[in-house]
Amino acid sequence: MALATQTAPPVLDIAGGAAPLPAAPDAFVPSRGFWGQVGHKLLRDPVAMAAAFVILAIVAIALLSPWITPMDPYRGSMVRRLRPIGDATYRLGSDELGRDMLSRLMMGGRLSLFIGVTPVILAFIIGSGIGILAGYVGGWVNTVLMRTVDVFFAFPSVLLAIALSGALGAGVFNSIVSLTCVFVPQIARVAESVTTQIRSRDYVDAARLSGASTLTILRVQVLGNVLGPIFVYATSLISVSMILASGLSFLGLGVKPPEPEWGLMLNTLRTAIYVNPMVAALPGLAIFIVSISFNLFSDGLRSAMEVKA
Amino acid sequence: MSAPIGSPTVPPARDRGGPAQPLLTVDRLVKHFPVKKGFGGTRAVVRAVDGVDFEILKGETLGVVGESGCGKSTTAKLIMGLIRHDSGDLLFDGERIGSRALPLRDFRAQTQMVFQDSYSSLNPRMTIEGSIAFGPQVHGVGKRQAIERARSLLARVGLEPSRFAARYPHELSGGQRQRVNIARALALEPRLVVLDEAVSALDKSVEAQVLNLLMDLKQEFNLTYLFISHDLNVVRFICDRVAVMYLGQVVEIGPADTVLAAPAHPYTAALLSSMPSMDPDARTQVAPLAGDPPNPINPPPGCRFHPRCTLVEDVCRGTVPPLDALDASHRVACLARQPNSGHTLAPTPTVAA
Repeated sequence: MALATQTAPPVLDIAGGAAPLPAAPDAFVPSRGFWGQVGHKLLRDPVAMAAAFVILAIVAIALLSPWITPMDPYRGSMVRRLRPIGDATYRLGSDELGRDMLSRLMMGGRLSLFIGVTPVILAFIIGSGIGILAGYVGGWVNTVLMRTVDVFFAFPSVLLAIALSGALGAGVFNSIVSLTCVFVPQIARVAESVTTQIRSRDYVDAARLSGASTLTILRVQVLGNVLGPIFVYATSLISVSMILASGLSFLGLGVKPPEPEWGLMLNTLRTAIYVNPMVAALPGLAIFIVSISFNLFSDGLRSAMEVKA
Repeated sequence: MSAPIGSPTVPPARDRGGPAQPLLTVDRLVKHFPVKKGFGGTRAVVRAVDGVDFEILKGETLGVVGESGCGKSTTAKLIMGLIRHDSGDLLFDGERIGSRALPLRDFRAQTQMVFQDSYSSLNPRMTIEGSIAFGPQVHGVGKRQAIERARSLLARVGLEPSRFAARYPHELSGGQRQRVNIARALALEPRLVVLDEAVSALDKSVEAQVLNLLMDLKQEFNLTYLFISHDLNVVRFICDRVAVMYLGQVVEIGPADTVLAAPAHPYTAALLSSMPSMDPDARTQVAPLAGDPPNPINPPPGCRFHPRCTLVEDVCRGTVPPLDALDASHRVACLARQPNSGHTLAPTPTVAA
């Protein structure tokens, strides 16, 4: 009883006597919740908010483009080719076939965003599945899955995308497939390392001790802690994906003319770079703005999701 | 012996073997972890738990003490089935854990654990009432009821539900979090609670409060505790019996008062004398225990404690001392305490023996 006399003065009754379990009062202060806190922090981050605004604006323009383009993006005019920016008819100039650049840029956002974002979403689903499985089960399952994934890291991602697209043939669908294949290993590796880390936490052991099945533990205890960091990583891949997708179109492996797509436009305007460099640079500027916006937004998301210990 | 009929404390359906049957019997439990030595080298094993024997009686608190790395926590994880043991037996109320009579899932409903790291043992994305309600929900309790039970448990461990139930772990202090962990362990109405260094990370004053809470809860819920600690003061305070572990084995086990007042094993004696004395005149002058524990990959032959022991003799280097009874309740694994062992300090055998 030495301890009681040395270090335990009469404050000890703090936990109450042997009274029966008191009825829990109903009123309680609702907490904001984890995602509520993330949203709150994100709203106070001006850079992330500006980036989100730019992204939303571009997505909205792209979606509405069939109705709001000032001119027909497909109709060319042989006499009004390569007009400069600020032209009376063509606000942002015209391309090498005399089509309105502004209309084509607005319209081009649809395909560019589609083939930029879709592979990341697909890779997020597939890669998270592989990585979480490998990380949670561990052992030889982890070894087999992750060493297979490692094979893909032997190739630079640009080369891998070109090789796959080349093998599958040109087209929107094929370029989405090849870009998905490029991103799955990267996301799987992040997912695996995050899951391995979470898996060793005591609360996962505690959940096992409560008799929960593996699926329940994954769903309730692991997923919420793992998906956040993977999601942040995936958003940072969107800009890479857009650039790669444009690259494939530039090389003739993605979208086919005359469809407006920023990468493809950059390719076809390449010949005009000495005649009218400002117009030729416009699709590149569009890619740049969108990808840097996604990057800035994912940075903001990352810092908003940091949990203070 | 049968359970007292109509016993007000223990429902007869749960208590199968009666009060004389140990709640948990750990029999020659072994766990070796393989490690690779060098590049392509031979495989070695860490003998983390190497033949651990003890029993936990119903309603008692058994303390397990020992230096870091002696296998205390591994033993706890083996008991809980978080890692699989290599050999040996675990009997819960007379039934083998994992057998048909007592599947692991049923055993886990009756045994819970409180971990040392109060932060890592709570899901940071879950409210604390959600964490406590998780276990009952897994066992089929409705969400509303589970949350209600979580709140009344929170109140019982001294956390006002209206203030704390909807909070997240990082909004609580270490002591508050450990109370939450205790409430979570109790949510499944266990019979045995394993406390793995559950109070070691807390401030002394908070530690005392949580210890008192644990003692109250034990009374109220008829619990049995396995209390793992390296703090002998705490063990003396809360435990009925103590098991002392060294390098993956139990070297002494007996009533806490006896073991900690008159230790039979020289290792226990060294542990006790390594505690700083409150009396400045009785300060320890010589380091009671020099050096680190030997490598559990290659434990010394004979008695594992002999390289650091003050009573070492030639016989200790060759003979493994068995964990033999000193009297009815006190057992020790030391040749110097065992008759006919060949050690010069060994007691002369009694005539009856």
